[in-house]
Amino acid sequence: MKVPLYRLAHARSGDKGDGSNVGRLAYNQDCYEIMRQQVTPAAVRRHFRGIVRGRVERFAVPNLLGFNFLLHNSLGGGGSASLKNDAQGKTHGMALLLMEVDVPPRFPLPKVGSAGALAPAGQLQEPSRRSRVTQGRRRSAGRKT
Amino acid sequence: MKAKKTIRIGNGQGFWGDSMDAPVHMVEDGPLDFLGLDYLAEVTMSIMQKLKGRDPRAGYATDFIEIMERILPAMKRKGVRLLANAGGVNPQACRNALFAAARSSGVKKLRVGTVQGDDILPDLPGLVKKGVLLHNMDDNRPVTDIMDRILSANVYLPTTGMVDALDRGAEVVLTGRCTDPGLTLAPMVHTFGWAWDDWDRLAAGTVAGHIIECGAQCTGGNFSRWWEIKGWDRIGFPLVEVAPDGTFVVTKHAGSGGLVSVDTIAEQLVYEMGNPRAYITPDVVADFTSVKIEPAGRNRVRVSGIKGAPATDSYKVSMSYRDGYKSTGQLTLSGPDALAKAKICARALWGRLRRAGFTYQQTRTEYLGVNSCHEGIVGEEALTPEVVLRVSVKDPDRDKVNRFGCEIAPLVTSGPPGVTGFAGGRPKATEAISFWPALIPKELVRLDVRMEDLN
Repeated sequence: MKVPLYRLAHARSGDKGDGSNVGRLAYNQDCYEIMRQQVTPAAVRRHFRGIVRGRVERFAVPNLLGFNFLLHNSLGGGGSASLKNDAQGKTHGMALLLMEVDVPPRFPLPKVGSAGALAPAGQLQEPSRRSRVTQGRRRSAGRKT
Repeated sequence: MKAKKTIRIGNGQGFWGDSMDAPVHMVEDGPLDFLGLDYLAEVTMSIMQKLKGRDPRAGYATDFIEIMERILPAMKRKGVRLLANAGGVNPQACRNALFAAARSSGVKKLRVGTVQGDDILPDLPGLVKKGVLLHNMDDNRPVTDIMDRILSANVYLPTTGMVDALDRGAEVVLTGRCTDPGLTLAPMVHTFGWAWDDWDRLAAGTVAGHIIECGAQCTGGNFSRWWEIKGWDRIGFPLVEVAPDGTFVVTKHAGSGGLVSVDTIAEQLVYEMGNPRAYITPDVVADFTSVKIEPAGRNRVRVSGIKGAPATDSYKVSMSYRDGYKSTGQLTLSGPDALAKAKICARALWGRLRRAGFTYQQTRTEYLGVNSCHEGIVGEEALTPEVVLRVSVKDPDRDKVNRFGCEIAPLVTSGPPGVTGFAGGRPKATEAISFWPALIPKELVRLDVRMEDLN
C-alpha cells in the first residue's frame, strides 16, 4: 500500500547557503524503519528532481527517530541572489512529506489526526505518471536563456 | 561557583521583522530572568551595510529601539536582563539610539555592554596581504575573486564577550554578529560559572539556544501538524528553565497560545541543521544525536543528555557581495483556463524581450498556486481557479534588468483576457546579493567589550 510520508512523519526545512535542509521525524520505530529503507538519498533526489540541482546527503538522527537531508543547490542561488519564490527552502519539508512510500498491508498507521484538507490514506488520488514537463518547468530550471 | 538556582531565559525575536509585541509579552506575562532578541539572519548584515552606506547613523535593527522603549521600564522593575544582536553593522549607533530610547521611556540608569570585533570588512585587504584568503567553504575560491564587490564581512563571535559584559553588570548586552544560540548560552555561563572547556554544558546551552532562537517556531509555529495548534493570535514565545547541570525545560508563559510538545521541539532541533553529530559554534561542537527530549507536563518539555566536543580553532566568517541585479514582476490570471493563459503571458513576455534584443544571464518563470514551491512533486492538474504568474530576471546589467520591468504591465491589454493584479508600478532592478562563507583562524579576531552607563 502506498501512503504519503506525512502519514508516517513530520518535518521542517530551512536554508543552508545555496541548499536547504529537511529534517524529517518518524512517529514511531516502525515508521523510522520504513523511512530508513525507502527514503534514501537517491529516492529523495528523484522526488525533488524539479527542485534540487546538486546532491542529496542523508544523516541519521536516531534519538529523534529522524533523518536530516541536505539538498545541495536547491535554492537557485540562495538568499537574496535567488529568483525563486521560496528562496529559503521553507516549503521543502512539506514537499518531502508528499513523497510516497510503500507500507505493508494492514500497517498500523499512527493516529496523528489530520486537517480537513488531508484525505485519509486509501482515498488519496494516485498521482499522474505522465510527464509533467512544461514550458514553465523548463524555464524555471534557472538555466541561462 | 556562583548561584545554583534555575534560571529562565526567553526569546522574544527570531529575526528582524518578527512580532513587535512578543518581547513585551515575554517581559510582562510571566517570570523571566533573561531575554534574548535575535535579529541577524544571513541576509540581514548586507541590508544593514547598505543602510549604513547611505547614512552613517544607520545599520542596526531599528525595530529593537522601538521595542526597548516599550519594555525597558518593565525590565528594570522585574530585573530582566536583555541580550540582543541588534547592533548589526553599527553597534555604537544602536547603543546611542538605545540610550535615547531609555531616556524617553523614563529610565534614568542603564548599564549597557557592547560586544564588537565581528566586523572585519576594514581588515580584509590586510588579511589578504598576510595570505589569509578566506576561501569559500562551498567551492574553495579565494576571496580575491570578489574583493571589489564585498558588502559585508562579519565573524560569528564567541559567547565569551557577552558573558564578560554580563559579569561586569550589563543590563543590556548589545552585539553585532554573534551566534544565535550564544544569546541563550551567555546567561547560563554567567550565572552558573561554567568553564569554557565544560563541553557538555556548553553544548547543552547551545542546544537550548538553537531551540528557542527562532521564536515561536518551537512553540507551534511552522509545525507540521498545524491543526493541533490553538490560539494562533496569541502564540507564546519560548523560554527555557535551565538547571546548573545544563538540563533544561522548554516552555512558554501560562495563558499564551501555541504548543510546546516533544514534536514541536524535535522539529525545531532539526531546523537548519547540517551534520547532526557536529553542530559547530565558536564555543563548542554539539552532538544533536545525544539529545534526549521528554514530556514534562502541559506545554513543558525536558531536554537532557547533551554531549559536546572541543571547539574548533577557527571562526566562521559570513561575507556578502554584490552579484548583479535582479527584478521580479507579478500578474494575476483569472479563470477560466488560468494556467494556460498564464503560460501564454509568460511566452509573450520572454518573446517580446528577445525581439527587443534583451536576453538575461538568468530568468525564471513561476506559477504561484501551481509550481513555485513543489515543482515536479505536485502535478499541474491541481484545480487552479486563478494563478499568479511570477517572472524574474538576473543580470549584471542594471539597465537590461529595468527594461524587463517595463514588459509586465503591457500584458494587461496585450495578453489573454483576465489579466490583473498589476499594482505598484514597474518593478525596479535591485541589487542581488550572494554569500561567501569562510573560516578565519581564531587568533586573528579581536573581541572588544565596552561598558557604558546611562546616568
